[in-house]
Amino acid sequence: MKLQTGTSLALFSVLEAAAEIWRPGLAADIADKYGVSIHHLAKVLRELGRAGIVEATRGVGGGYRFAGNAKRLTLLDVISRFEEVTAQPLDSDGSATDVGRALGRILTEIDETARATFGSITIATMLKLIERERHPASGPSPHGPASTAGSAVSSTAPGRPPGVRPGRPAAS
Amino acid sequence: MIALDAEVTGIEKPDFFFELFHRYGARGAQQRFFLVAESAGAIVGFILGDVRDWEFGSPPCGWVFGINVQPGARVAGIGSKLLATICDGFRRAGVGKVRTLLARDNSLVLSFFRSQGMVAAPVIPLEMDL
Repeated sequence: MKLQTGTSLALFSVLEAAAEIWRPGLAADIADKYGVSIHHLAKVLRELGRAGIVEATRGVGGGYRFAGNAKRLTLLDVISRFEEVTAQPLDSDGSATDVGRALGRILTEIDETARATFGSITIATMLKLIERERHPASGPSPHGPASTAGSAVSSTAPGRPPGVRPGRPAAS
Repeated sequence: MIALDAEVTGIEKPDFFFELFHRYGARGAQQRFFLVAESAGAIVGFILGDVRDWEFGSPPCGWVFGINVQPGARVAGIGSKLLATICDGFRRAGVGKVRTLLARDNSLVLSFFRSQGMVAAPVIPLEMDL
């Protein structure tokens, strides 16, 4: 599947902004990095601003910063502001035929999978993947140790890790 | 666990959980995992899984087939701890891959597994009406 240019630019902008604390010139740097005009980027940022995903900063060196919840905002939330991620009917007179309908089922299957994938990946998860791309030798897991305050895990499996309490014997 | 599952899914499945506990909760079950998270003496989450050999033609790998955290106890790292613990068990059982299977519209749990580093597997689940 191919995203439209504006959609891709929106994703680049959101991820770049979410990855760092706001600084002057961020927008110009993004335009330069992705080879687009600042005018084109500004249009994308205005739409993201209307959605509350980014917010403009005023004053000398004003620009924009990420304003969403990185753990809740998904790629689908961003993409949906710019284009539909739904099954599109076949663009031909044959779409109403038995062949067209059968092909339409397959396209729907593909689109539904794409939609579920975009809807399951948050900005926070993307930042981990980006970090992994940046440091590919850092190991297979992009996440750090989990917070476990107030909880313990009991196991009935052998070889329990330190600090884990045994579970009750199995019912007979 | 039955009550926790029913709270989230809306369906009480006592026979399913008793059967699982009997089969997976036994000590010495090297490749089966039945783990619960406790907080203040109450069960607030669980994860279920096992190692399956050559299922669907795949080399032995760990499968997570159930996970749940009480809604009021979420966003505290309990799910992450459960997954990390079962993955430790899978590693000790000698496998280097963990998989799970979810409904496409289960965005919440899909997002959780994605956040833990899981990606789409090179398999396609298929079904048909009977």
